[in-house]
Amino acid sequence: MTYIRPTFRHPDLPKNKINFTKKDYEGALSTLCAGCGHDSISGAIAQACFELSVEPHRIAKLSGIGCSSKTPAYFLGNSHGFNSVHGRMPSVATGAYLANRDLLYFGVSGDGDSASIGMGQFVHAIRRNLNMVYLVMNNGCYGLTKGQDSATADNGSKSKAGSVNQFNAIDLVGLSMELGATFVARSFSGDKAQLIPLIKAAIKHPGFAFIDVISPCVTFNNNVGSTKSYDYVREHIEATSTVDFVPIMEEITANYEDSKEITLHDGSALQLQKLHQGWNPEDKLSAMIALQNAKEKGEILTGLVYIEPNTNALHDVLQTAKTPLNILNEDVLCPGIDALEALNESLR
Amino acid sequence: MEPTNVHDPEYYHKVVDCQYACPAHTPVPEYIRLIAAEKYTEAYMVNWESNVFPGVLGRTCDRPCEPACRRGRVDEEPVAICRLKRVAADNKGDITHLLPKIPTKGNGKRIALIGGGPASLTVARDLAPLGYEIHVFDEQIKGGGMMRSQIPSFRLPESVLDEEVNNILNLGIHQHFKTYVSSLKSVLDDGYDAVFIGTGAPRGRDLSNLPGRAEGQANIHVGIEWLASVAFEHTKQIGKKVIVLGGGNTAMDCCRTSRRLGGEEVKVVVRSPFSEMRASPWEKEDAQHEDIPILDNHVPVSFVSENGKLKGMTFEKVHAVYDEKGKRSLVPTGEPHVFIEADDVLVAIGQENYFPWIERDLGIEFDKWEMPSVNSLTFQSTNEKVFFGGDAALGPKNVITAVAQGHSAAVSIDLYCQGKSLDVRPDPFTNLVSQKMGIHEWSYDSIVTNDDRFVVPQAEKALTLKDRKKEVELGFDKLVGFKEAERCLNCDIQTVFTENRCIECDACMDVCPTDCITFTTNGTEEDLRTRLMAPSLRLDQDLLVSDTLAATGRVMVKDEDVCLHCGLCAERCPTSAWDMQKFFYNTTKAHHGCGQH
Repeated sequence: MTYIRPTFRHPDLPKNKINFTKKDYEGALSTLCAGCGHDSISGAIAQACFELSVEPHRIAKLSGIGCSSKTPAYFLGNSHGFNSVHGRMPSVATGAYLANRDLLYFGVSGDGDSASIGMGQFVHAIRRNLNMVYLVMNNGCYGLTKGQDSATADNGSKSKAGSVNQFNAIDLVGLSMELGATFVARSFSGDKAQLIPLIKAAIKHPGFAFIDVISPCVTFNNNVGSTKSYDYVREHIEATSTVDFVPIMEEITANYEDSKEITLHDGSALQLQKLHQGWNPEDKLSAMIALQNAKEKGEILTGLVYIEPNTNALHDVLQTAKTPLNILNEDVLCPGIDALEALNESLR
Repeated sequence: MEPTNVHDPEYYHKVVDCQYACPAHTPVPEYIRLIAAEKYTEAYMVNWESNVFPGVLGRTCDRPCEPACRRGRVDEEPVAICRLKRVAADNKGDITHLLPKIPTKGNGKRIALIGGGPASLTVARDLAPLGYEIHVFDEQIKGGGMMRSQIPSFRLPESVLDEEVNNILNLGIHQHFKTYVSSLKSVLDDGYDAVFIGTGAPRGRDLSNLPGRAEGQANIHVGIEWLASVAFEHTKQIGKKVIVLGGGNTAMDCCRTSRRLGGEEVKVVVRSPFSEMRASPWEKEDAQHEDIPILDNHVPVSFVSENGKLKGMTFEKVHAVYDEKGKRSLVPTGEPHVFIEADDVLVAIGQENYFPWIERDLGIEFDKWEMPSVNSLTFQSTNEKVFFGGDAALGPKNVITAVAQGHSAAVSIDLYCQGKSLDVRPDPFTNLVSQKMGIHEWSYDSIVTNDDRFVVPQAEKALTLKDRKKEVELGFDKLVGFKEAERCLNCDIQTVFTENRCIECDACMDVCPTDCITFTTNGTEEDLRTRLMAPSLRLDQDLLVSDTLAATGRVMVKDEDVCLHCGLCAERCPTSAWDMQKFFYNTTKAHHGCGQH
C-alpha cells in the first residue's frame, strides 16, 4: 500500500491575506476513482476559498449521499461539515443557516441527490433564497451504484453498458432560474479557469447561488456515446462569456467592447468578456433564451447564466435577529416581565 | 517550449540530483534502496563499481551529492548519503566472488601508473580485467596515496583503506612501492604502451616570506607533510600549544591530529570569515567539538621566536569587505595586533602540483603555472601516450573527483591502445523500466517519511583524543541506517508522461502535494515559469514539457524542482498517462567492475 500523501509541500507556496497557504484548505486524500471530475471540483473549491482568504473555520460544508457528497471530506479539512441523509442536505442547510447567519454555507450535492431523491428539498431551498452556495457535481449517472442513468442524463446518451437513455433530462440550470434562483451558473470540472471565478462569485453572492458542474464519471460514463464524457463535453462546450473575479479595491484592467462588469454586493466584481450574442446576465429572459438556443443547437452552455446581484435572502425576508443564536445571551432572549407586558399591551 | 526530449539520457540523469552532482555519477538512490532492503553486499557493489572506494568515501567523501539532494529543498537537511555508503561497507558480506576475473591471457599491452592514489588505482581496476599488464609505482610503502598519508586514522581506519586498496592490487597488479620515479623519460623508455600520472598535489604551501619563518623552523611544519609523517609514524608528538593556519579540511585534520599527539591548546587561525572557510561544515563542527577554537579574520603577520625557540605568532585583525562584483578584500580593522602563544605551528594553507621529475622535452606542454596541458574530457596530455588524472591533472580537488577522472582516463587509455579515436566515447548504460506492480503498489517505497536527518553517533571524546587510531564516528547501526535510507525520495524513479493517453482530467495536478504539475497553454520557458501552479524559482531545475494535448491544445508542464517522486500523479491517473519508471544510469567506464554488463 503506497497510497499516502506526503506532508511536504512546495517550500515557496504563496500565502493569502490571512497568512494561510493552500495546504490549510486541503482535505483528506480522495478515495474516489482516479480521474473523477469531482476531485477537480474539490480542488477548485479549495483554491477559491484560499484565494478569497476565507477563514476555514467560518465555512460549513453540507452534503447528502453519493460520490459527490463524499467530497467534502477531500477539501477544507479545517472547516465544519455535515454529511446528511440522501437528498436532505437543503433541510440541514436551512436549519444551520437560520441558527447562524454568519457562516459561509457550502452545499455539495450530486445529480441523484438533487434531481431525484432530493428534488423536493432542492426546489424549496431555492424558493426560500438561502444565502448559500449550492454546487451540483453532475455526472449524469449513479456512479456509486454502478452507473445507472440519472435524472440529468440526456435523452439519447449511451451508457457504458450500451443502453440508450430514453427520457428527457432535468435541466437543473433552467429549473433553478424558473424557481427564482438569484445566481445561476454552469461549468465543467475540466475547466478550472472558468470554475474557480464562478465559485468565488457564488461565495460573494448574498443569496442562493447555484452552480451545476458537469463532472465526468471516468468509471461509468466516460464512454463514446455518453453526453457527459470528457471528450463530448469538450467538443460541445460553449461559454456565455469568459469570467474573471476581481477582488474589492482592485482595479479592473482590461476593457473590451463586448465586455461587462457586474459589481457584487460587497464591492468585488465579475468581469465578463466575449459575451454571448444577445445575452445579458442580469436579464432573466435573455438568459433563458440563450439557454434554450444552446439546447436547440446541441451545445452545452457554461459560464455565468443569470445573476441578480442585490437580493434579499431568507434572513432579510423574515427579518430575523442579526446575531447567531449560539451567542444570543439570556438577557436578550428573556428581556423580562416589563418587555412582555409592553408586547402584550401592543397587541390589545 | 518544445516538448522535452526525454530520449536524451541526460534529461532524466539530471533529475537524479545526487547522482548528477557526483563526479563519478554513483547511482545513489539505487544503493540506498538496497541498504533499506538489507542487501548490503549488493549496495556495496553498486558503489564499488562506480566509486571504487565505498568504505573510504563513506567516511571521508566531500559529498557534493548532499548539497544537491532534493530532500534538502523540501526538508531541513538532505539525506545522509555519505554515511549510508558506510552502512553498506560496514555490513557487506564476502565480495571476493563478485570482483572481476582477470583473464589468464593478457592483451599484450603494458601500462605504467605513476602514483598509487585513488586515480591510479581506479585506472588499474578498470584496465586489469581487460587484460592489460598494469605496473603501479609509488614512493610510499603501500598503496592509497593521499588517502593514506593525509587522511588521519581517526577518520579512516587503516584496515578499511587496506582492504579496498588490496581489492585492486590483487587483480594481478604489478606493484613497485618504495620506488620514487625521478624521470618520466626513463619510464617512457621502458616501452609502456601508455603512462598514467596520478601523483596528486604533493607540495604543501608554506609562508616562506613571513618574518621569523627561518628562526622558528624547528617548530613550523607544513600541514600535509606533517600529516604524512604522523601517518607513517615518524612523528609521534607535538607541543602543548599549537596554532594551525588555514581554513580547509587539511587544517581540520591537522588540528584534530594535534589534539591526539599532546596538543592541549590547539587553535585554528584563518584569514577569512568563518562562513567562507573552505573546510566542510561537518569537519569544522568536529574540530570545535574537540575543543578547538576557530579564530577567523586573523591574517598572519610574523612568527615570534625567543632565543631560537618559537614562542608564537602575531596576527592582524581584519574584516571582509565586498565590492559591487562581490569580490572580497580583507581590510584591517585597525585594532592592535594579536599575539597567540604556540609551541608548534602547522601551516595548512593549500597544496600545489609539483612535477620536477617530468622532463620538459617529452612533448608534454606545461603552462605558466607549471601545470601540464591536459584535455579535461580524455585526460590525455599533449604527449599522446601520457595521461593524467586526480589532483595531478587539473589541480587539487578530492578523492571522488580523482576516481571519476581515473575512469575517464581508463576509457581513453583503452581506446588509445586499440588505436581508436579518443573523441568517440562509448555511451553510458541507461535503462528506464516501469515500477508498477498493481493497484496502489509500486516496486519501491513511494511513501515519503517525515524523519529528520539522523545524527551519526561518535565514540566518547575522552577515548578518541587518547588514541590517534581510534575512529571517532561509529557509523549508523542497521536500524538507523534503514530509517535514514527511507528518507531518500527515490529521485531515479522518474515521472514519465505519455501525452496520447492523457484525458486532461487534472487529477495529477490536483493531487500533487508539491504543485509540480500544471496544464496550461504553451509559451516560452521564461513565460511558462511565471504561470505554473507554484513559484518556479530554481532555474537550474528543468521543466518537463509535453507535446500539445489533443483535447484542449494545452501542454503539461512539470517543474522537476521539488517533485517528491511519491507516485501520486501516476496513482491518480485513470489512463496511466503518468507512470513511475526507474531510470538507471551507469557512466561510461572501460570495464564495469562486477562483470554484470
